[in-house]
Amino acid sequence: MAFEIKKQGKAYDVCIVGSGAGGGMAAKILSEAGLKVALLEAGPKYDPADPEQATQLKWSYDSPRRGASSTRPFGDFDAAYGGWQIDGEPYTKKNGTQFDWFRSRMLGGRTNHWGRISLRFGPRDFKHKSYDGLGDDWPISYEEVAPFYDRVDKMIGVFGTKENLPNEPDGFFLPPPKPRMHELMIKKAGDKLNIPVIPSRLSILTRSVNKDRSPCFYCSQCNRGCTVYGDFSSSSVLVKPAMKSGHVDLYDNAMVREVLTDDTGKATGVAYIDKTDLQEYSVNARVVVLAASACESARLLLNSKSAKHPNGLANSSGVVGKYLHDSTGSSRGGFLPMLMDRKRYNEDGVGGMHVYIPWWLDNKKLDFARGYHIELGGGMHMPTYGYGFGIHTLNGRIPGKDGKTKPAGGYGASLKDDYRRFYGAYIGFAGRGECIAREDNYCEIDPNVVDKFGIPVLRFNYTWSEHEIKQAKHMQDTFEELIHAMGGIPLGTKAGPETNYGLENPGRIIHEVGTTRMGDDPKTSVLNKYNQAHEVKNLFVVDGGAFVSQADKNPTWTILALSMRASEYIIDQLKKQNI
Amino acid sequence: MDRRESLKALALGTLSVGTIISATGCEDKKGESGSKDKAGDMPGYGRTADEVKRDKALMGEPFFTAAEMKTITVLADMIIPKDEHSGSASDAKVPEFIGFIVKDIPDHQLPMRGGLKWLDTQCLKRYNAAFVDCSEQQRKEMLDLIAYPETALPENSQGVAFFNRMRDLTATGFFTSKMGIKDLGYVGNTPNEWDGVPADVLQQYGYSYDEKTLATCLKIEDRGKLMTWD
Repeated sequence: MAFEIKKQGKAYDVCIVGSGAGGGMAAKILSEAGLKVALLEAGPKYDPADPEQATQLKWSYDSPRRGASSTRPFGDFDAAYGGWQIDGEPYTKKNGTQFDWFRSRMLGGRTNHWGRISLRFGPRDFKHKSYDGLGDDWPISYEEVAPFYDRVDKMIGVFGTKENLPNEPDGFFLPPPKPRMHELMIKKAGDKLNIPVIPSRLSILTRSVNKDRSPCFYCSQCNRGCTVYGDFSSSSVLVKPAMKSGHVDLYDNAMVREVLTDDTGKATGVAYIDKTDLQEYSVNARVVVLAASACESARLLLNSKSAKHPNGLANSSGVVGKYLHDSTGSSRGGFLPMLMDRKRYNEDGVGGMHVYIPWWLDNKKLDFARGYHIELGGGMHMPTYGYGFGIHTLNGRIPGKDGKTKPAGGYGASLKDDYRRFYGAYIGFAGRGECIAREDNYCEIDPNVVDKFGIPVLRFNYTWSEHEIKQAKHMQDTFEELIHAMGGIPLGTKAGPETNYGLENPGRIIHEVGTTRMGDDPKTSVLNKYNQAHEVKNLFVVDGGAFVSQADKNPTWTILALSMRASEYIIDQLKKQNI
Repeated sequence: MDRRESLKALALGTLSVGTIISATGCEDKKGESGSKDKAGDMPGYGRTADEVKRDKALMGEPFFTAAEMKTITVLADMIIPKDEHSGSASDAKVPEFIGFIVKDIPDHQLPMRGGLKWLDTQCLKRYNAAFVDCSEQQRKEMLDLIAYPETALPENSQGVAFFNRMRDLTATGFFTSKMGIKDLGYVGNTPNEWDGVPADVLQQYGYSYDEKTLATCLKIEDRGKLMTWD
């Protein structure tokens, strides 16, 4: 077959690249307004209710590896396809620095995996430079985004409680589930230490918000995808209803290579490679919306070079790819001897923690600039691969039922009983903090490497600053304080300076944002405050790339609110014939 | 009613969770959830085509020799023996699991193969027999040298490292099996209505839900009602 670009016949109002949080929301809002939408997704279709794809309510022993993470990075039952490494789709790193890039090529993208932690950014998060002089302020305020957060809350559903905290805005919440046993114990320890432990805010339906989705039935497996759509994923909650409108054509397995432009520099559509036949196609549209993930959208713009845009599209400023930043992450486990030999009952609950710790201190009194929140784990889970590992580091420290302490390790009936006794007595703490966006943390096009589709790949350069390292130290100190206040035993050795206090590689928390940031000045930003490219009026980016700064919050709820806002701006601008 | 049917009913709101729990019970009657995968011989657990291929390839060639498998089986049953609660490691097919996992996670291969060989060498030196051919008493003596990391002699440190791995793989294989999960008493992975920690458990640890928690948390009877805010 001769190599040629095959055009798709249909002309669209809007072409959206990517079906995760940003793309899904855009597809829903734009199609409901009657616009004809082409939605391109680089991976296959996915529906957690499809018996061929479902993993919910499977048992560990349904997997020959008992759920180990050797096929899927978060274990065999995790809904997200893809991972840190994808065959034939490499990325590279520069100057000896580290960055791990998680990609999920499938309908709904990474919303199939995430922890459903759905936090609004607070007033200070949008104006942090005004507060501490670091990074940059957003061109928008909390008050401008709040109405969209409100609508996202009601449309998708998030449980939580009104707490009136200064930088943790309340929303339209569903009632939260009651705390589990270890969560009550953490709350008590928090009270002692003046650390707030409040109901978590997760987009899981304790009560339903519409007739298409059922309330949660408490299997704790949101990361596996929900067969009754009781939690949020873009594919189930946004794309599925958008498809019903009849206005959306889904192009799956469509790997977008380039944004196409005309002589005037306006976007005319995108070129993509159909993964099923490896042929090149194009889709034409009046408006192009990128929602391929912060780094993938930056890659697309940088790869969309033309005489008019030699630096890549929408990149006269040179800012595309820069200001890349991910949340910080550091964690510690503990053991609670008082929970040994506990009574068994179904403690699954929702998929994730029922309480969490929002940032509670004043950074002006600390040696690092930005905060973090703490996510909690523990309880009587379904054992999967790794259950029972390392018991020899613990069972020599815990008195037996007879009050005597045995030598660590061992074998036989008494060891077998230790596993039973220790079941459900472990807890875990994970800090997730804000990293300050810097120009010198970036992704760019690698001049020498292409992927299997011939598309030039990304090269990363990323370092942590003292602010993030000291923040991780503070996390580690706090975890130990909490574990001790609970009467628990911290497990392993405390992470110290040799590991940057357990600070994970950038990218590991999968909150990377900032690569096509918004701003009022076209010289220092890629997008205006409506997620619209300064230089290309009919081009929008509605993923995390638009963020000026990450907060100490998970980015999804803000991506959704901003995508909704940008989509309505597109509708308005089309009506006014401005684009 | 099977799980899929009951979930459908749940989704349609025609059935309460309580009914489903009593209708299906906690025990899955067939023992296996999921249908047979069209492409492979394994029960389906939501695999993509590439993943089915990977599983099939891993299932193919064994890694361990028959002699190695025999040693693994004896060791696994010494680590997790049958007791009044449940069967032994080999009753739960732990050796088969270990045979698979070393292919799935190749980092286990060399330490396991080398460790088994180390064990046999030690037994040959001490008892002039391979581990499996030693008497029960001799095997216990041998394990006592390597099963207690904090008191083991430095000259046996390689044996300790091997046995730690062997203990971990045996325990994880056992407690993720159907038999082991039942033994541990995990009772979830089924449609449920979470209404907090049972009262007797709260009492046992001296806790109660405070008024604010009770006032703000879900009233379980509201679970089926559509949420409105206006």
